[in-house]
Amino acid sequence: MAIYKLQVNGKTLQADVEADTPLLWVLRDHLGLVGTKYGCGVAQCGACTVHVNGAPTRSCVYPVSAVGTSQVITIEGLSEKGDHPLQQAWDEIDVAQCGYCQAGQIMTAAALLKQNPKPSIDEIEVTMNANICRCGAYHRIREAVKLASTKI
Amino acid sequence: MTNETNNSRRDFLKMTAIAGGGLVLGFNWFSAEAAPAMVSNAAAGGIGFNSYLSIATDGTITIMSPNPELGQNIMTSFPMVVAEELEADWKKVKVLQANLDNKYDRQLTGGSGAVPHSWKLLRNAGATAKFMLIEAAAKKWSVQASECTAANGFVLHARTGKKLSYGELAEAASKVPVPANVKLKDRKDFKLIGKSVRNVENKKIVTGQPLFGLDFYREGMLYAMIQRPAQFGMKLKSVDAAFAKSMPGIVDVVTFKNNVAVVGKSTWEVLKARKMLRIEYEKEGALESTEDHDKLFLDLMDNGKATVRRKDGDVDAAFKNAAKIVKGEYQCPFISHSPMEPMNFFAHVRPDGVELVGPTQTPARARAEVSQLLKVPEDKITLQLTRLGGGFGRRLKNDFATEAAELSSIVKAPVKLIWTKEDDMTGGTYRPACRYRFEAALDASGNMTGYKLRGVGINSGNPTREHNFPSGAVDNLLIDSVEHASPITTGAWRAPITNFLAFAEQAFLDEVAHTAGKDPVQFRLDLLAKAKKSPVGEIRYDINRMDAVIRLAAEKSGWGKKKDVSQGFSVYFSHASYVAQVADVIMRGGLPVVKKIYAVSDCGQVVAHNGAVHQVMGGVVDGLGHAMYSKLTFRDGAADQNNYNSYRLIRMKEVPEIETHFVQNDFDPTGLGEPALPPTGGAVANAIFKATGKRVRNQPFIEEDVFKTVS
Repeated sequence: MAIYKLQVNGKTLQADVEADTPLLWVLRDHLGLVGTKYGCGVAQCGACTVHVNGAPTRSCVYPVSAVGTSQVITIEGLSEKGDHPLQQAWDEIDVAQCGYCQAGQIMTAAALLKQNPKPSIDEIEVTMNANICRCGAYHRIREAVKLASTKI
Repeated sequence: MTNETNNSRRDFLKMTAIAGGGLVLGFNWFSAEAAPAMVSNAAAGGIGFNSYLSIATDGTITIMSPNPELGQNIMTSFPMVVAEELEADWKKVKVLQANLDNKYDRQLTGGSGAVPHSWKLLRNAGATAKFMLIEAAAKKWSVQASECTAANGFVLHARTGKKLSYGELAEAASKVPVPANVKLKDRKDFKLIGKSVRNVENKKIVTGQPLFGLDFYREGMLYAMIQRPAQFGMKLKSVDAAFAKSMPGIVDVVTFKNNVAVVGKSTWEVLKARKMLRIEYEKEGALESTEDHDKLFLDLMDNGKATVRRKDGDVDAAFKNAAKIVKGEYQCPFISHSPMEPMNFFAHVRPDGVELVGPTQTPARARAEVSQLLKVPEDKITLQLTRLGGGFGRRLKNDFATEAAELSSIVKAPVKLIWTKEDDMTGGTYRPACRYRFEAALDASGNMTGYKLRGVGINSGNPTREHNFPSGAVDNLLIDSVEHASPITTGAWRAPITNFLAFAEQAFLDEVAHTAGKDPVQFRLDLLAKAKKSPVGEIRYDINRMDAVIRLAAEKSGWGKKKDVSQGFSVYFSHASYVAQVADVIMRGGLPVVKKIYAVSDCGQVVAHNGAVHQVMGGVVDGLGHAMYSKLTFRDGAADQNNYNSYRLIRMKEVPEIETHFVQNDFDPTGLGEPALPPTGGAVANAIFKATGKRVRNQPFIEEDVFKTVS
């Protein structure tokens, strides 16, 4: 066990965990940030996506020891008031069914829009294809990313 | 329909002022004829309220949502119905998930049954409260109640221009005698029902608030995972947990039934320790493989002892006298439910009772099972419902809840039990593997005079739905089934049985139509016309409604008029709703590609339009995805696929355009969580035939010849 000081959502938080603990479980079990979801644990579904220095990262396979001084942003820290254009678009388009994968979808999309604020539908599909929505809300996810891109 | 409903005085169980000046209006909406039985049930700790609504003095209306929410939008659609009749201002409505409570009736999610079950009860709830608010206002103003109207959270008196809010009236309204009858609104006056209202939990979902079972946390709780036998048919022989127990964060390793449970202080520590268990298993049943099942299907199809499900006329004579006979066989593999949120449950077994928290589709059943297991009376067990990260039928079964409770009783601590995705996929309750053989006898004019269906299923229960179309439309018909008992556990998977049977049946009818030289749409319409003119035996579907969805789907899809795409047709009646679908397929690089699916649904009155569209689209995507890509195979009782890297689910780039339509009629609403799924496979397979001339008969489609490129 070792104490890790992590930069999460603009704050310094610390957790006493083993070096190989995935960032996902540090966030969920030790820091109380449960918006980041456990879906598959093998980096296939994207439900656990967070930003590490702006890059979309599968936190379920990203060991805490690799985080270092990187800035970690989770869904809870994407915007101060929950009003990031993507969060607004997700509400406007009424994207969620069960809602479990949506934090990961939004974080994946947020990283895309940061890098490419006006993606084409093809570019949206290429990026969002990495995330699974078991309810099959793909049409609205695509539509919401497109809508948000018009407001950034 | 009738707009009058009854309330008896004794049904109005609760009306109490609550702290803070608000007012709770409690309702018990028994139908008049059911009331005596309900009351006795209530005395026995049985069924009580259907819903629960409160109005605060500031006008906030709180509507409790009793049924588990797994993405079917019930937390939004149920309150819409109450608010409609109440004439509430939707902006002031707050919706809360109710916990398991005997005052609610049918507090479960399954069978697409919640909306049809509760439709009138919910309307009555709102209408009764509205009546009492109007009475209270009329009394205050000393005017006739008939001169007052309610709108948008206010009672108004037009002549004097007086106006009071529901918040201002709530306390006085609570003292108004409960009406024996209340008038429900005319549908033409609906302001909310049928409109698009956004999911009431959107904000919490998009900001990552703790909503789901896995998010639940209790100070001092322990985390637990269970190692179960990796093969169906094996049982626990011995455990060496010495090393696992010595690992950091591990509190205990305990064994019960076939389970070895690791209990510790965090998920990761438990996960790591579980890998270090040394466990031996021994055989207790058959260790079955998919290869065995494939042989078994063929054997049982010919030689199995069949149970007759339905028999009309003289099938043997029909086939003997047939001008043409068509045969087709179709097979599907097991599939996993694999909801995004893995199975989990929290349990705290204390000397004075049991606390359960988590995602289940059947909370009352979970409580009953825990009660039986721990010999604790049900009234000492509480169950807090969380939002469910998907269900698809997996959470109808409560094995995870009883495991959590048993574990908590053993370790005497609050425990959150977590299944990994692998645990669920390899030890779940799968959609049963089935094989169907269809046979049709045609006369010289191409009329279907005989129809035979044999279903063979592995732990499938009855693999047929013997009263579904085309039963009733064929003079000579035989439907029977053979079931094989296997150690591989199965359960209800979204649209149980019909999720594959519908594909097989609709693909077969397409084959019959082509053999008969008839247009597939006209062929179905002719069968329905025949059923209407000279019905055979019992008919459980509404012929006119099925006819209407077929015609509308043909119209909306431009059936028979398109040159640039190959179209396939399918229609299915399930869970009281009718859905017809047309798939447009094109060829790209020698392979068929689904471009678009039209889905026309008749679910009676649409409640939440946005949600209804979403359910249909999700059902189509789910139906297409699992038909195309998903399979679970076994070797010696162990699943070959254990996570999303080996078990393929549909992704964004694979979804076609989907166009939805709803038949407008005056029928009461029926469910939509399942009915849009069954027709999809058939529509797609029939379009693939049109495009390639080849029949797709087995799932997953992707393994069929038509998807293999010629190299």
